[in-house]
Amino acid sequence: MGAKRNYWLFGYAVLYLAFLYVPVLFLPLFSFNDSAFIAFPLAGFTTKWYGQMLADDAMHSALWNSLKVGAAVALISTALGLLAAKALTRYRLPGGAAVLGFTSLPLFIPDIVLGISLLILLNTVKMPLSLVSVMLGHVLICAPFAITVLMSRFDGFDKSLEEASLDLGENGWTTFWRVTFPLVLPGIISSLLLTFIVSFDEFLIAYFLAGTDATLPIYIWGQLRFPYKLPVVLALGAVILVVSCVLVVIAEWVRGLGQSGRRTVGV
Amino acid sequence: MDDAFIRIENITKRFGGVTAVDHVDLGIKRGEFFSLLGPSGCGKTTLLRMIAGFEYPSEGEIYIDGIPVTDLPPNKRPSNMVFQSYAIFPHLNVADNIAYGLRRSGLSRAERNARVEEALAMIRLPGMGKRRADQLSGGQRQRVALARALVNRPKVLLLDEPLGALDKRLREAMQIELRQIQKTVGITFVFVTHDQEEALSMSDRIAVMSNGEVLQIADPVTLYERPNCREVADFIGTMNFFEGKMIGMGGDVAEIDAGPIGRLRARNVPVALTAPGSDVLLAIRPEKIAMHKAGAPGIVGKVSAAAYLGERSHLQVTVDGLKAPVAVAAQTSREPAGTEVSLTWEPDAAIILPRE
Amino acid sequence: MGSLATVDVIGGRYSGGLVRWLTTLYRRSDAMRGYTLLSPTVLVMLAAMAAPMLLLALYSFWTQDGLVLDRHFTLDRYAEVFTRDTYRELFYRSLYISSLVTAVTVLLAYPMAYFVAFYVSPRTKFVWLILLTIPFWTSYLLRVFAWKIILGYNGVINSGLMALGIIHEPFEFLLYNTTAVVVTLAHAWAAFAILPIYVSLEKIDRSLLEAAADLGDGPVSRFLRITLPLSLPGVIGAAVLIFVPTTGDYVTPTLVGGSDGVMIANVIQVQFAKIGNWPMGAALAMASMAAVGAVTLISVQAVRLAVSRTR
Repeated sequence: MGAKRNYWLFGYAVLYLAFLYVPVLFLPLFSFNDSAFIAFPLAGFTTKWYGQMLADDAMHSALWNSLKVGAAVALISTALGLLAAKALTRYRLPGGAAVLGFTSLPLFIPDIVLGISLLILLNTVKMPLSLVSVMLGHVLICAPFAITVLMSRFDGFDKSLEEASLDLGENGWTTFWRVTFPLVLPGIISSLLLTFIVSFDEFLIAYFLAGTDATLPIYIWGQLRFPYKLPVVLALGAVILVVSCVLVVIAEWVRGLGQSGRRTVGV
Repeated sequence: MDDAFIRIENITKRFGGVTAVDHVDLGIKRGEFFSLLGPSGCGKTTLLRMIAGFEYPSEGEIYIDGIPVTDLPPNKRPSNMVFQSYAIFPHLNVADNIAYGLRRSGLSRAERNARVEEALAMIRLPGMGKRRADQLSGGQRQRVALARALVNRPKVLLLDEPLGALDKRLREAMQIELRQIQKTVGITFVFVTHDQEEALSMSDRIAVMSNGEVLQIADPVTLYERPNCREVADFIGTMNFFEGKMIGMGGDVAEIDAGPIGRLRARNVPVALTAPGSDVLLAIRPEKIAMHKAGAPGIVGKVSAAAYLGERSHLQVTVDGLKAPVAVAAQTSREPAGTEVSLTWEPDAAIILPRE
Repeated sequence: MGSLATVDVIGGRYSGGLVRWLTTLYRRSDAMRGYTLLSPTVLVMLAAMAAPMLLLALYSFWTQDGLVLDRHFTLDRYAEVFTRDTYRELFYRSLYISSLVTAVTVLLAYPMAYFVAFYVSPRTKFVWLILLTIPFWTSYLLRVFAWKIILGYNGVINSGLMALGIIHEPFEFLLYNTTAVVVTLAHAWAAFAILPIYVSLEKIDRSLLEAAADLGDGPVSRFLRITLPLSLPGVIGAAVLIFVPTTGDYVTPTLVGGSDGVMIANVIQVQFAKIGNWPMGAALAMASMAAVGAVTLISVQAVRLAVSRTR
């Protein structure tokens, strides 16, 4: 079907994209502005804010914390998502829909409620606040994404491929590595990247659970109080946005790759 | 049953509250081409998947070559399967697909390659080993699936509607090829299909299934000529039915009172139905009915529709007192609609069935 | 269900070895093997979500007495939530703001999703979808912060207009009010609205639209009678997915809300982090979830009813 044309809608779509992107683009724009004030007219080009950002030790440790938490969260939530997605797509489970609903609940509970209730739990079991508690909270909000991404991947290929492998003499474990894993790999990569980004960017839950170890968003939040530090925050924000965008594009591209592969693989 | 190579004893499979297979007993002989035939949802695929090990029966035992396999997982069973969707691994090329099951065979790499080449030659795709799976046509995928299963030299090959996705001409060619391959390799084939013509043309024996039960197990000729119940008769080919009451036996020929259309005769009567007064069904194939000009003795009717099919014509004859018209297959005649005719048949050609 | 039937049967057959019986039972039961695979995820969810929520509910019935937590059951916290005018006003405002955000976001997103579903060729669809989802995955904090620098007293709009000579005094009404919160949230949650609506539009069988046209419907009545009702699940999904979390949003009201834009989350945060009255914070959280749940259920039913009338 050739796409029909509708110039009104097309114009609207362009405006909509502008609404999505232009506000965010002010961050990189002013991060190169040679003025401590974030205001027009622009005062000239500089990279000194980036220099100051790189020299900030607190930023380094926050960044390192965020990377550690993000990597751990990505691995754990993707592993959990892999198990759950396989169970929910490959077995006749009485009550499977209810379990799926339960695992997507974190999407429907405000982050602040998740944050304070975890805070109460950790306090009750006398577990000190640390990056581990942040990780726990982030796994909670990342798992639904991992499950969704991986379930669509599992649904995308025929269950009889795994049966064929069993039938040809492989056991459950070797079947996983010879058939299932290569076929869900795009989903796994995509899930790893997306859950990493969600954790890396998450502020509120970490704010309640981090204790004295700041993650990068907590560090940024702290900097926002000081007007003279704003240009440095802008520089940091610009870097984060660019890196996030690149990772998302890779993740979506890999996922799309898997899905377009499915089209040609199908009968 | 004792010479059965695959023995299915009292197998039942329930999914939740639904009984998919209901107390089935079957014996399949060594080297036989055996078909499970029935409409979709009759339990034939579930039964096949239980032989393969993808479903565990709720009750009963399965033996292959005398060994109970009921509790063995698929990878421990001496059977291989050709899937309805073919299940060609999309991330492997043709040769790797075929060699998939050989990794655990203990063969050397050279031996494995030789087997793959041999298999490619058998399915008439020599030199195609490096092709990617998504570059194959439907017919080629079907053959690769077949080769991938046969290359392991299983004791039993299970085929789940393997020809269903192919167009009519390719399907007919593959029917012949499949039968030839089976003759060559001599492996027992268990073939699931809903296509009665396919089952009749390929099988040594056929089990007709409906609602989880096996209705009849017989060779194609018996199944066509001597179905044991209305459902089998109806499912295989076209059949005319006349309801009646048994009057009595004159020698080995039964006389039946068919109400408004008078008395009918048939020679093939099950012992259970010979008692006078039994409710019976007389069944007769369209091509066994002879059509005469009006006035000759026989059942009087009027041609209501005629379809000319070249080698034969199919006619519908309405008979007063019968709800459904009688189907008649005539070799040459091209009677126009409205012609009055009279119908007769040899008692030998008619079958008496119980009326349910 | 299936597993129960199997227990019976195998019980009869393998009454001998318990281990063999159990392993056979396990291997034969899809449900048991499936739930084994699910168990790690479910356990994590139980430990990190269900247990904490339960504790939160418990806390809301307790009392903070100085530094001591009084564990006697009481409804006093809820009484306070419902009787104090500031709290009631807070609830109304929060629900009002997020309703407005939900309506604005869904209305803005619908034509966008409609365009991608019906007017974009399959090839470029993928690109559009990526473009529309990127912002959703990137830092929420930074997206909200961007609005602060846009709307600020010395921000992008004011300084820009002044630099152009259009105004001479900065507008004061841009930042620190309800409108600022609505605009910022509508921007931040846009992708959440587009995806569900797009998915439901994409699922509509195109021949239904042709059938409606064939039966004499014009473009407008075709949209109202076919497209809109069939995309309703997506619209409702989008609305719920936005309404529920935005009611509890903390970052946006804090950064751009000012005193006019304070929402529930701000007060909850104060109870937990500043005052240290956890039971009060817990009661506020529970009450806000109950309020959000009630409003959601009622409005979903109302929308369903309204749309079924237009057929």
